[in-house]
Amino acid sequence: MGRMTFVFRRLLQLVPVAIGVTIICFFMIHLIPGDPARTILGIHATPRAVALLHEQWGLNRPLISQYWLFLDRLLHGNLGQSLYYGGSALSLIISHLPPTLWLITYSSVLAVLISVPLAMIAASRKDGARDHVVRAVPLLGLGMPQFWLAFLLIYAFAIKFHFFPVSGWGSGFFGHLRSMFLPSLTVALALAPVVIRSLRASMLNVLGAEFVTTARSKGVAGKRLFLRHVLRNAVIPAVTVLGINIGFLIGGTVIIENVFAIPGLGQLLINSIFQRDFTVVQGLALVFAIMVILLNLAADVAYASLDPRVRFSR
Amino acid sequence: MSAIPLTPQPGATAPPPAAAPGARAERGEARRARRWYTQPALMIGIGIMAVILAMIIAAPLITPYNPNAQNLNATLLGPSAHHLLGTDQLGRDTWTRLLYGTRLDLRIAFIAVLFPFTIGMILGSVAGYFGGWVDTVIMRVVDVVIAFPFYVLLIALVFVLGPGERSIYIAITLVGWVSYARIIRGEILVAKRQDYILAAQSGGLGSVRIMRRHLLPNVITQAIIYSMSDIVQDIVAIVTLGYFGLGVPPPTADLGSMINDGQNFLSTHWQLTTIPGLAVVLVGLGLSLIGDGLADLLRPGQA
Repeated sequence: MGRMTFVFRRLLQLVPVAIGVTIICFFMIHLIPGDPARTILGIHATPRAVALLHEQWGLNRPLISQYWLFLDRLLHGNLGQSLYYGGSALSLIISHLPPTLWLITYSSVLAVLISVPLAMIAASRKDGARDHVVRAVPLLGLGMPQFWLAFLLIYAFAIKFHFFPVSGWGSGFFGHLRSMFLPSLTVALALAPVVIRSLRASMLNVLGAEFVTTARSKGVAGKRLFLRHVLRNAVIPAVTVLGINIGFLIGGTVIIENVFAIPGLGQLLINSIFQRDFTVVQGLALVFAIMVILLNLAADVAYASLDPRVRFSR
Repeated sequence: MSAIPLTPQPGATAPPPAAAPGARAERGEARRARRWYTQPALMIGIGIMAVILAMIIAAPLITPYNPNAQNLNATLLGPSAHHLLGTDQLGRDTWTRLLYGTRLDLRIAFIAVLFPFTIGMILGSVAGYFGGWVDTVIMRVVDVVIAFPFYVLLIALVFVLGPGERSIYIAITLVGWVSYARIIRGEILVAKRQDYILAAQSGGLGSVRIMRRHLLPNVITQAIIYSMSDIVQDIVAIVTLGYFGLGVPPPTADLGSMINDGQNFLSTHWQLTTIPGLAVVLVGLGLSLIGDGLADLLRPGQA
């Protein structure tokens, strides 16, 4: 099967998931206790404002036709009007997209840079002292709230030593690179335990493979063996592991953006919640889900392209 | 992840009908190695959790203060004999709030994990056992829920449901059941091809009975092991919600809101922010160790 067919098939599989995602986002209105319009607008809302929202969401119609209205607007690229900021929710979301994309990319890179060497150290001497130390990392890391880790890093690197700014995302490429280092490091550190665990396992797998034995019997050992033979084959699973955990990573950016005051989607989400801007929260949930789906797809395609053994058969 | 790797003993899990004389001693040895008190990870984990649980249950005996009692004459004090960990910006005793906050968050997390566990187990068993369109429908729903980042869906759900304990239970259930469903379904797919299930089926037993009496006891182990790390994730989620002001409303002591209160004093009183987080890390460590110990104990050789 060719690469295009593979991508096309994967896209086709995404259709039911995408429809399901819209259904969940749609039903969020109906989880609001009482009359959604009245609850969202608060007790001081004028009857006119409530009626307007009823009209906009079609709350007086049957459920199916409400969903159809929602879907129809979505297909026209309309996520509704922001209740607090005014204007289109979609353009509001798009304007907050760049910092989040930066954060996702930056933290993925850092996560790989942290995890690969540590996993290599652990796998090079299985059950050795270093292996046990590396394997103990997830035990501590899993129970660590990300925003708390962020405070530790802020205290150490921004308040005690002024290496990095406390907040914001800087300006220009190098400004972003410097300001976003601590936030990205936080997200990467939270993700690293999961990645290290899977990478270590896959490296141990590769180390047991026949081509490694062949390389060893030819006298290749130590660093050269790791860099030329093992690493190449073990980095591919790292891409998959990142792909699987992309939802976790994006969830992390939501929290971290709020700690570091980065004007991305996560900050917009929390701000909209405090302003009770339901339309934007709903739109963001949808956009986040679409991001996860697309990045998952990208990881799948990358995996299939990097590994010649995959015959695009799934 | 135990420090002592267990080598699977061939005779340990499925003893052959006619065992060689030497196999008995081997089996006995394997069984000894699998006794729970010989698992260092499990023991340390249980130890940590026992101390924490004892302290939070006995909180009213350990500390003389009320967690919400303000004393504006004694704000932001450092550690002293009267206030072990000092006081916060409203003069509340940090040690007391730490105990009560951990108590609340742990209680919510332990209750919260029961609902997704049960629902995920039922749906996962049904999907795995019956297959066909039931399986397709349930697993499609799982795919949809997984498409949302955990925290985005959780925060959005708590927002639409309104802050408070009840909303946390509902949100964690709606988001969390998918992992259990996936794990149980995978296990059932393997287990249902085993001879004892075929025997039960040909014996004319009903599907519900087979699932409940024959399949579940054999597949539930994985879900229990996972539930340990799930509780950790839920505690972190509850603390995170509390940090954003979406958890249990103030002034009730909650580790997340304690960290939120403390962040304004990070440069002068760093202990207000760090100590509640340390409590979360410690609980996480204890539960993770129990989970790992259980994994080694219940499925040797696969760790």
